[in-house]
Amino acid sequence: MSADKTAPFIQIRNLKKRFGNQQVLSGINLDIRKGETLLIIGPSGEGKTVLIKHVIGLLRPDEGSVVVDGVEVNKLKERDLAPVRKRVSMLFQGGALFDSLTVEQNTAFPLIEAGVRDSAEITLRVREALEAVDLYEHKHKLPVNLSGGMRKRAGIARAIVGRTQCILYDEPNSGLDPIVADVIDRMILRMQKRYGVTSLVVTHDMGSVFKISDRVAFLKRGVIHFLGTPAELKASTDPEVRDFIEGRSGITS
Amino acid sequence: MGFLSYMGQLAFLLRDLITAFQSGVWRLKLVAHEIVAIGFGSQAVVIVTGAFTGAVFTFQTYAKFKDFGVESTVGAIVSVALCRELGPVLAGLMVSGRVGAAMAADIGTMKVTEQVDALRVMGVHPVDYLVLPRFIAMMVSMPLLVAESIAFGLLASYVVAVHGYGVPEAWFLAHMREHTNMLDVGIGMIKGFVFGVIITIVACHQGLRAENGAVGVGVGTTRAVVISSLAMLICNFFLSILLNYLSPLGTGM
Ligand SMILES: Nc1ncnc2c1ncn2[C@@H]1O[C@H](COP(=O)(O)OP(=O)(O)OP(=O)(O)O)[C@@H](O)[C@H]1O
Ligand SMILES: [Mg+2]
Repeated sequence: MSADKTAPFIQIRNLKKRFGNQQVLSGINLDIRKGETLLIIGPSGEGKTVLIKHVIGLLRPDEGSVVVDGVEVNKLKERDLAPVRKRVSMLFQGGALFDSLTVEQNTAFPLIEAGVRDSAEITLRVREALEAVDLYEHKHKLPVNLSGGMRKRAGIARAIVGRTQCILYDEPNSGLDPIVADVIDRMILRMQKRYGVTSLVVTHDMGSVFKISDRVAFLKRGVIHFLGTPAELKASTDPEVRDFIEGRSGITS
Repeated sequence: MGFLSYMGQLAFLLRDLITAFQSGVWRLKLVAHEIVAIGFGSQAVVIVTGAFTGAVFTFQTYAKFKDFGVESTVGAIVSVALCRELGPVLAGLMVSGRVGAAMAADIGTMKVTEQVDALRVMGVHPVDYLVLPRFIAMMVSMPLLVAESIAFGLLASYVVAVHGYGVPEAWFLAHMREHTNMLDVGIGMIKGFVFGVIITIVACHQGLRAENGAVGVGVGTTRAVVISSLAMLICNFFLSILLNYLSPLGTGM
């Protein structure tokens, strides 16, 4: 599988998920190729977070399948998912930092759990990750003492430090100022160039769509409503896509 | 039905715990940390509980035994009661309030703030990381806490009987020694061990299944204490029958 360069790293087929009587995902089909950066945009509350949680096996689909690097994750038991999860990391929308650990310990966590024992290497890689998100001078703070944006960046540091083959970002630059948002965008690009990382990025920031994406998926009403390159997105004549990228709500005052 | 499915969930947790235990990855640093928090930190509570139980029990039995003219045997009845029943049960109840509540609240908070999901994403099974260290720490701490509680109960009994009521020291000690032996203390410690298992499983289960934010954590914490306390009292009854069958009362060495 991995030998074939063009084979998709993640393959989502007819994914359906409902919570109570709310059909959140109603048949998602999406391929993410190895080494590409795919952005997912779409209205708030339409199921973007639910979608990426399925990729890493945090949620189980009602129907359909998710294949990551040749492994069908929705068929595996919790313990058997560990090998796949060592190859994929995720940034949670809310950061999900461990509140009993400092920023530095949070960042070192995936390395230690992956079995890195050399403390010099851990220190070095943690420093690299924290510097990439501009947080190195705050490494001794506990998550409760961080600002919202800092928490997000600490979460990003924890997601990138393991240099996994694939990183899922849930809104990496929401709540960040434009400069830091740009730093994060460049970091995502750099991860792709330097380590060939496959990235799946959920975002509301149209700026980063045109800056970093290879392809864009527009999620609406539980399906992929549009899929294409940023240039195709710009040229799209679909009214819903246009309203979204231009930020029109249709309400007149 | 609800009861059966609850027992089923506890059984699944226990099975996961056994798998984790057998994996050999014990995270001794966390275990040590938990032993300090659970065992070391609970000492004051169980010492005060044991001492005042011993004291008040001596106080009351003395009054009655004096009517029969057998006040010097107070030591014997107090020590048997403390070792076999009061020591482990009261220490267990106190630890469930102190430690069980903390376990349910800690893990529950991690659950509702997605920290448990963050662990899973990094390929770390929550039972391995959160439950196993607490479990090992409890297995080590509980028997010792019970022994400590018993020891201080006996000491308080001695003080009340010998110094308070002027029971001749030699008689008091002779009767105490004649009617109790290490086996009685051992029974107390075995009970402590079982109670430790009950507290850990019930509390961690409530934590891991917490939902609905802070309210859910509060509900889970309350349940953890109530259920583990009741379960302990009920188990204690059957455990007493079993242990008394194996080592009958009244056969001092
Ligand atoms: N565990 C759950 N139980 C019930 N409903 C849920 C659950 N998780 C998500 N939902 C619902 O699914 C829908 C999609 O949620 P999701 O978090 O995926 O939105 P989103 O697209 O990420 O939005 P945003 O851009 O605001 O983050 C929402 O209506 C939400 O209420
Ligand atoms: Mg979301």
